[in-house]
Amino acid sequence: MAKKFKTRLKVKEKDGKVNVKAIVSHPMLTGLTKDKKTGEKIPAHYINEVVVTANEKVVMTANWGGAVSKDPYISFNYAGKSGDVVKLAWTDNQDNKGEAEKTVK
Amino acid sequence: MKRRTFLKNTLAASAAGAAVSSGLVVPSVALATEETVTDPFRATSLDEALKAAGITGIEESDQVMVTAPDLAENAAVVPVEVASRMEGVSEITVIIAENPTPYAARFTIAEGSDALVKCRFKMGKSGDVMGVVKVGDKYYSAKKAVKVTKGGCGG
Repeated sequence: MAKKFKTRLKVKEKDGKVNVKAIVSHPMLTGLTKDKKTGEKIPAHYINEVVVTANEKVVMTANWGGAVSKDPYISFNYAGKSGDVVKLAWTDNQDNKGEAEKTVK
Repeated sequence: MKRRTFLKNTLAASAAGAAVSSGLVVPSVALATEETVTDPFRATSLDEALKAAGITGIEESDQVMVTAPDLAENAAVVPVEVASRMEGVSEITVIIAENPTPYAARFTIAEGSDALVKCRFKMGKSGDVMGVVKVGDKYYSAKKAVKVTKGGCGG
């Protein structure tokens, strides 16, 4: 499973702020779409929680619904410094998990 | 263009119909008489979503900025940025008014962080993208109308 959903993380420090950018390869299915061949509904499959920590302190939590695009991208800044260990962990509604870790340069 | 729109609409309608008949989605008429929805992500209308999320007394403010394209070329990937100049923002909520489930995302941000998040969303049809920012116990919002072209050729 770990291979199926790739989590990419980029961290960059500038003027006391750390910019965190992340992309997770994930289908993000809303549960409203149908399979074109069989006409059956495709079950919902989306990330519902993303937690970003810096040095084990939570800096951002995101709760998502199915409206977030496929292969979700997120970018935000937090007050930090170089040397911080930034960790991003996510969970989807089918209990798959993924995470990525980077040290701020 | 017309045909595509038509196809898409019928598909959406039949999907909704199937959902109702199989009991997966309770029609909104029934919802209104039942208890309030507690999970905002499941709410099917804007008012319900706001209620479920506990967002009341929203004030429109020019201190909140929602950045999104005027014309979304790909409705499946609409880049949205919500930012605020206010101090002490603890939560940023993104609501897409015309989606089947309007409540799209909530970002809880730690103290000292910039009140700015960028993310990409799907949009069912043209409508407003709302950014709601929580400062203390109060909510401030801003809107941006985004037009969706279904053909994907940029209109």
